[in-house]
Amino acid sequence: MNIDAFWIIFTGSLVAICCSLLGCFLILRRMAMVGDAISHAVLPGIVLAFLFSGSREVWTMLLGAAALGVACTFLIEFFHKKALVQADASIGVTFTWLFALGIILISVYAGKVDLDQDCVLYGEIAYVPLDLWLTETGMNLGPRTVWIIGGVLLILLLFISLFYKQLYLTSFDPAFAAAIGISTTLWYYLLMGAVSLTTVAAFESVGAILVVALMVGPPATAYLLTDNLKKILVISSLLGVIASAAGFYLALWLNGSVAGAISAVIGLQFLLAFVFSPTHGLISRRRIRTAVARA
Amino acid sequence: MNTLWEFLSMSDANVRFVTIGSVLLAASSAVVGCFTVLRKRALVGDAVAHAVLPGVCLAFILTGEKNPLILLLGSFLTGWLSLIIIDFISANSRIKEDTAIGLVLSVFFGIGILFLTSIQHSGNENQSGLDKFLFGSAAALVGQDLITFGAVALLLLICVTLLYKEFKLLSFDPAYARTIGLPVRGLELLLTTLTVLAVVVGIQSVGVVLMSAMLITPAAAARFWTDRLGAMVIIAASMSAFCGATGAFVSFTAPAMPTGPWIVMLLSMLALLSFMFAPKKGILARYLLQRRIRKQMARENILKTLFHLGEDTGEYSHSYSKKQIKQRRRQPLFQMKSSMQELRRKNLIRKGPEGWSLTEAGKKEAQRVVRLHRLWELYLTEYLQVASDHVHEDAETIEHVLTPELEQRLEELLNHPTADPHQSSIPQQP
Repeated sequence: MNIDAFWIIFTGSLVAICCSLLGCFLILRRMAMVGDAISHAVLPGIVLAFLFSGSREVWTMLLGAAALGVACTFLIEFFHKKALVQADASIGVTFTWLFALGIILISVYAGKVDLDQDCVLYGEIAYVPLDLWLTETGMNLGPRTVWIIGGVLLILLLFISLFYKQLYLTSFDPAFAAAIGISTTLWYYLLMGAVSLTTVAAFESVGAILVVALMVGPPATAYLLTDNLKKILVISSLLGVIASAAGFYLALWLNGSVAGAISAVIGLQFLLAFVFSPTHGLISRRRIRTAVARA
Repeated sequence: MNTLWEFLSMSDANVRFVTIGSVLLAASSAVVGCFTVLRKRALVGDAVAHAVLPGVCLAFILTGEKNPLILLLGSFLTGWLSLIIIDFISANSRIKEDTAIGLVLSVFFGIGILFLTSIQHSGNENQSGLDKFLFGSAAALVGQDLITFGAVALLLLICVTLLYKEFKLLSFDPAYARTIGLPVRGLELLLTTLTVLAVVVGIQSVGVVLMSAMLITPAAAARFWTDRLGAMVIIAASMSAFCGATGAFVSFTAPAMPTGPWIVMLLSMLALLSFMFAPKKGILARYLLQRRIRKQMARENILKTLFHLGEDTGEYSHSYSKKQIKQRRRQPLFQMKSSMQELRRKNLIRKGPEGWSLTEAGKKEAQRVVRLHRLWELYLTEYLQVASDHVHEDAETIEHVLTPELEQRLEELLNHPTADPHQSSIPQQP
């Protein structure tokens, strides 16, 4: 394994862990599609940040996109609660609107913005090792992306371990959480802010689609394997790391996009769990059903 | 103005193709979208749109050429497959539907991207233009596409008109549809197929991400203007057609502007306006209605207070100052002022030198509210066995809502009572 392959798999794994951790809470709250919506809606935020700062300065882009991500969740909630638009339609209307806005902004400022749609949709993780972070003395600190995503992962780990109880309660039993004085709205928006942050940090390297695949796939697979939230968090992170490594070699073999290959592996993982899971798989369910029928 | 005229005359063949294509596509997907949205499956269209990609690529890999019909067939197959898989996953495991949609969407799309990039790197010169399926390019529409669009739009319209009643039942009451012997499963499958068809065709002009807007946004907007399905379908289709034409016009005047995103932008603006300003259902209309009811309640409460004050002395036409009214019932002063002016304008109270008093009409109105209040208190204690010191709060709110018919029923049920649970007399109907 050469050094480039190492960096690519390492980046993929970091992204996978970030996304899977958050994804567990998203699918428990039945908000998988909100994650999808946010990952598309950050586009205008990135473009606007780009226009204002005039460069691909990482922190402004992160801020701009995180703001748009939260705005997107706010709009979804607003349309749903205040205008009484059906929940799924409100998601669909909001993120397509913001995505269209992003593309229009890109076309208007085509000369000034060095961004394009396919980069947003499926990124290019293979370029990660090319963008190295060199100190002034010329020391090589490794790819820039790794540092950014590593930073985001650190923030997420702190966030989840410090506030595990709040996240857990508001996901499973919002009424009880509210009764003991935990604001469901606050934790909802904090979680959405974290999702936006992760999406943006990851989008350049892996694109919006892989973010969705990693947010939904590994947690869903883990959800079929265990009932314990802590185990779900750990298992889905592991699954994400495995998918990154396997996806990289699949992409190498097919000479295709790494992000696409990782999604394909995630699909395969889910398929295996869906059929063979000892507790919730297709086969064991069928066996239980026949056992019940015989009894 | 000249550009508009030039655009409308459609002398340029390219403009003609783009405009007619956009209108056909937008209108037909809006029609199908109404049903998917009503069946609460709005986001399914998004999954189909993403799932189209691997089909296109597979068809290309297998045949090695870009025959539009074969590509369409490939995309149709995977799009359809994705819906079947979503249904299967959510029916046969503990995975919820939204997770299943997200999973299928991203995995299918990922596989599609893997194939697409693999084809692109393979050096096959034939492949350029496959990514048209990814981002769509309405500006590149040609005469042949138009024929496909027209055929599909026609097919969709015919299906929907012929099976209008069946689809309507399916959308609103599938259980009843099954009871009366409709082939629900088959109809669902047909509707699914129509959705996939609309997506597969539309995707070439607006792209993967924005396709779901063509299904969802017009339907969500039209829902705000009517409660009738027929009207909703027509409104959604005409909104979409309008936005389709306008989007084409925008990219005609500014060629750098992409048509698809502009269509979606305009549709979203229309939807936003509908959410805000639609009569009856819009945010503004509902806010105004709430305010009107709040004001009426404030007015009725003032009449009631004056009546209560009169009850203490037995002298109903006596005048009271604002301070005295406020002492009896606490309420914000500014609200009280405007309510009293309104009451005076309606000739329900009058202002004398010593203050405010009920007019004859005002007394009647106050009696009505107090009667409703006390009837309700009596009903709660007699029929629901609520303790008599717990019934006041509830009666405070319902007294503003009860209709004359309910009042009649209550009186009959309680056998025309004269006293409430607190032994206050119930004002009789004149």
